[in-house]
Amino acid sequence: MTSGFGTPAYDVSHLIGGGVLLLSFVMLYQRRIGAVINVFAVQGALLACAAAWQGYVQSAPELYLTALIAFGAKAVAIPLALRLLVGRLGLHKAVETSIGIGASLAAAIGLVGLSVLVVLPVTAGGATPLARVDLTIALSVVLLGMLAMIARRNAISQVIGLLTLENGLILAAVGVAGMPLVVELSTAALVLMVALVAAVVVFQIRDRLDTLDTHVLDRARGDS
Amino acid sequence: MLTAILLTLLGLVLLALAMPVLAGRRIAPRLAHGGSALASAVFVLMAVAALAGGGAPVAELPFGTPFGPLLVALDGLSAWFLLLLGLAGLCASVFALAHEDAAPARALLAYPLFLAGMALTLLAADGVTLLLGFEAMSLASWALVASDHAKAENRRAARLYLVFAALAAVCLVPALGLLAGPGGDLAFAAIREAPPDGWRAALILALVVAGAGAKAGLVPLHAWLPLAHPAAPSHVSALMSAAMTKVALYVAARMLLDLGGPAQPVWWGVPLVALGAASAVLGALRANLEEEGKTLLAFSTIENVGLVAVGLGLAACFRAADLGALAALAAGAALLHALNHGVFKTLLFLGMGEVAHGAGSRLLDRLGGLIHAMPWTAACMLVGVGAAASLPPLSGFASEWLLLQALIAAWRVGDLTVQMLVLVAAAMVALAAALAAAAMVRLFGLVFLGRPRSPRGAGAHEGKGAARLSLLLPAGLTVLLGLLPGPMLALGGGAQALLTGQAMEGRAGLAFVAVGDGAAAYWPLGAALLLALALFGVWLLVKRGTEEPARGPAWDCGFAAPPQHLPFGDPLTQPTAAGMGQPLRRMLAQPVLAVTERVEMPEPGTVAPARIAMSFGDPAFALLLAPLATARDAVVARTERLRDLSIRQCLMLPFAALVALLLLVAWLEGGA
Repeated sequence: MTSGFGTPAYDVSHLIGGGVLLLSFVMLYQRRIGAVINVFAVQGALLACAAAWQGYVQSAPELYLTALIAFGAKAVAIPLALRLLVGRLGLHKAVETSIGIGASLAAAIGLVGLSVLVVLPVTAGGATPLARVDLTIALSVVLLGMLAMIARRNAISQVIGLLTLENGLILAAVGVAGMPLVVELSTAALVLMVALVAAVVVFQIRDRLDTLDTHVLDRARGDS
Repeated sequence: MLTAILLTLLGLVLLALAMPVLAGRRIAPRLAHGGSALASAVFVLMAVAALAGGGAPVAELPFGTPFGPLLVALDGLSAWFLLLLGLAGLCASVFALAHEDAAPARALLAYPLFLAGMALTLLAADGVTLLLGFEAMSLASWALVASDHAKAENRRAARLYLVFAALAAVCLVPALGLLAGPGGDLAFAAIREAPPDGWRAALILALVVAGAGAKAGLVPLHAWLPLAHPAAPSHVSALMSAAMTKVALYVAARMLLDLGGPAQPVWWGVPLVALGAASAVLGALRANLEEEGKTLLAFSTIENVGLVAVGLGLAACFRAADLGALAALAAGAALLHALNHGVFKTLLFLGMGEVAHGAGSRLLDRLGGLIHAMPWTAACMLVGVGAAASLPPLSGFASEWLLLQALIAAWRVGDLTVQMLVLVAAAMVALAAALAAAAMVRLFGLVFLGRPRSPRGAGAHEGKGAARLSLLLPAGLTVLLGLLPGPMLALGGGAQALLTGQAMEGRAGLAFVAVGDGAAAYWPLGAALLLALALFGVWLLVKRGTEEPARGPAWDCGFAAPPQHLPFGDPLTQPTAAGMGQPLRRMLAQPVLAVTERVEMPEPGTVAPARIAMSFGDPAFALLLAPLATARDAVVARTERLRDLSIRQCLMLPFAALVALLLLVAWLEGGA
C-alpha cells in the first residue's frame, strides 16, 4: 500500500497521530489527577492503535506485538497502578499547576509550531510524507510531555509527563519502517523500570514529607 | 628515513613504558637517559640527511583516528627543527646520564615521552597528528616540571604551566578546525589548497599567535616560563627552553606562513613582530634584574623567542609585499637564530645545572669565583654567554646581525604603519641585544669571577666524564655554528623556501653571509682570524714587552685580601646581584615592571642599619592573570548557584536548552 496524501494509510495514521497529540493537549488542561490518568490511558490505547495500523500498513507482524505491549502497559497496567496509588495515598483530587493553564497551552502551541519548523525542512529530501508528519507529531508529543513535567507540581503528574514523553518516542519508532523489534521491547522495559522507580520514589517522598508536592523537596536538600 | 624516525619514536614510547616496571633499579635512569641520547642522535642524523638530500614524502601511520589517517612527513622546515631538537636532546640526555641517577620513576617516564611528543609534532603532516604530538609534549613536560612536587613553589609553577598548556590547546584546536580544507580535511596538503581569508584568516591569526605564543613564552603569555624553568631539573629546563619553545614557534611558522598560504596581506606578520619585540625587551630587561640563575636564563629565553618571532613576522610582511629576497633573509635569520639559541641555551642551562650541582646553589648571591674551582664549566659557560651576548665570531652574532639587517631593510614594505612599527621594532631589538649582553656579563661575572660568597661555593668541584662532555658538546657546536652560518643557511634553504617561497641562494656561502647583492656581508672566519691575530699580538706584546715585569701592590678598588675573621672575604666588598642590576632597574624598569624602592630608616637612637627595600612585579600577573582569576571566581560563584535550583528549575534547564537548540536548527534550516 502506498503512503502518499489521500491514501487510507496516510489518512488513518495521520488521524491517530493527531489524536495522540490532541490528548497531550487535553492532559495539559486537566486539573484533577484522576482525569490526567484517564487521558493517559486513552493516549496509550491510541498509541497501540497507531502501532497496530503501522503493522498492517508496513505488513510487519512484530508491530502487532508492540501494539499489544503498548496497550497492556500504557492503557491498562500503568493507569490501573496509578489509580491504585492515588487511592492508597488518599490524594486530594486537585492538581496544583505551577504554570497557569492558559500559559501552558499557549506554550504547547508554540512547541508544536517549533517542531513543525524543525522537522519539515530537515526531512525535506528523501523521507516519505507519512514519516515526516509522523516525526513532527512525535516530536510535539515529546516536547509536550516535558512541558507537562514542568507545569505540574505533583509527583504523580510529573511521572505521567515522563510517560507521555516516552509515548512520543514509541510513536516515532513505529512510524519509521524497519525499526527492529528489540528497540521497542527494550524501550518498553525501560518504561516499566522508570514507572517502578518513580513509584518507589513517590512512596518515599510521601512517607518522609507527608506530601507529593515536589516543591517541598527543596527544603529537604542536604547540600545547601 | 621516516621509518627510522618512527621506529625511534616507538622505541622512546616503549622505553617510557618500561620505566614503571624498572622503578627503583639502578639501571632505570641510565636506560632512560641513554636511550633518549641515542634517539636524539638518530634525530640529528636523519635531520641532516633530510636537509642535505631532500626530505621524505607524506606517509600514513598504520593506525588512524575517526577524523582520518595520521600523516607524517619530513620536509625542510621539520628537518631543521628536528636537528635542533636532536642536538638539544643529545646534550641534555648526556647531562642527565651524569647527574640524574636518583631521578624518580615519574620523571624517567615522562622524559622519553617529552622527546617523542616534540618529534611527533615536528613530523606531523596533518592537524590531528600535530595536536597529538603537541599535547603529549605539554603533558609530559608538565609531569617533569612537577617532578619535584614536595616544594610548594614547584606545585604552583606546575599548576600555572598546566593552565597555559590548556590555553594553548584551547586556541590551537579551533585554529586547526578553521584551517581545515574542504570537507573538514585536516591533512596539510588539503589545507594548503584552500588558504583562509577574511574574518576566518584574522581569527586563525589571533588563535595561533595566542596558542603557540603561550607555549613559546611570548609576552604577555610568558608568566609560566620563569616559574617552570627553575622548578624542572636542569636537563629538562634545557630541553624546554631550547627545544619546546622552538617547537611552539615551529607550529606558529607552520600554521601561519606555510599553511596560511602566500596570499596573506601585510598585517599577517604584524602581531608576531609587535609581540616579539615586546618579548625581546622585557625578557632582556628582566634577565638583568633576576637573582636566580635559571630564572635569569628563562628570561633570556623569552628575549630570544621574541627575536625569532620578529624574524618570522618580518618574513610574513616581506612576502606579502612581494619582497621575496628580503623575506628569505628574515626567515633565514629567524631559523638560524632558533637553532643557535637552542644550542647555546642548552649549554647555559646545563652549565647552570653543573654549577648548582657543584656549588650547591643557583642564587647568584651565593656563588662567585667558580672559575678556579670549575675551570671547564667556566670556559664552556664563557662560550655560551658570549654567544648569548651575540659577540662575533660566536653563533649568536650571525643570526642577530641578519635579523637586524632585515629590520633595517624593512622600510621597503610600502605600508606606512608597518614602516613605523618596524622602526620601533628595530630600536627595541637593538636595545634587547644590548641588554642581553649586559645580563650575560652580569651572570658570568657574579658566578665565575670575584671571590666565593659562601663556604659551599668555595668548596665547589666539577663533574668529569659525561658531565664535562655534555658541556663541551654544545660549546663546540656553538663555536662551529658561529664560524659556519653560511653553510647552515644553505642547508636550511628548504625551510626558508617553505616559509617564503624563496631561499637565500647565493647569499650564504662557505665562509660568508650576505644581506643582498652589493650589500653588507659578514665573514665569520675572517672575524675569527682577526680576533685571533689581535689576541696573538697582545700575547706577543705581553711576552716581549718587558723582560722582567715588576710586580708590586696595586690599589685594587678596595678589593683587598680577606681578613682573618672573614675567610671568604666580606660579602659587602663584592657587588651583589641586585646591586649590579640597580642602574638598569632605575633607568628602564621603572615604568614597565612597577618597581617600588624605599629606604627604611631606623628609629633615632637605635643601632639598626637603614635598609633599602626594593620589589618589582611582572605586569602580566597584575594586568592579565589577576583579572582572569577574578573572572574565573565570578563564573564559578555563578555556576555554584545552579546547585540551589529546585527540581522544576532543574527540569526546565534541559528543556530550555532543547528548545533553544531546536530553534537554532529551525533558524539554520530556514536560512539555508
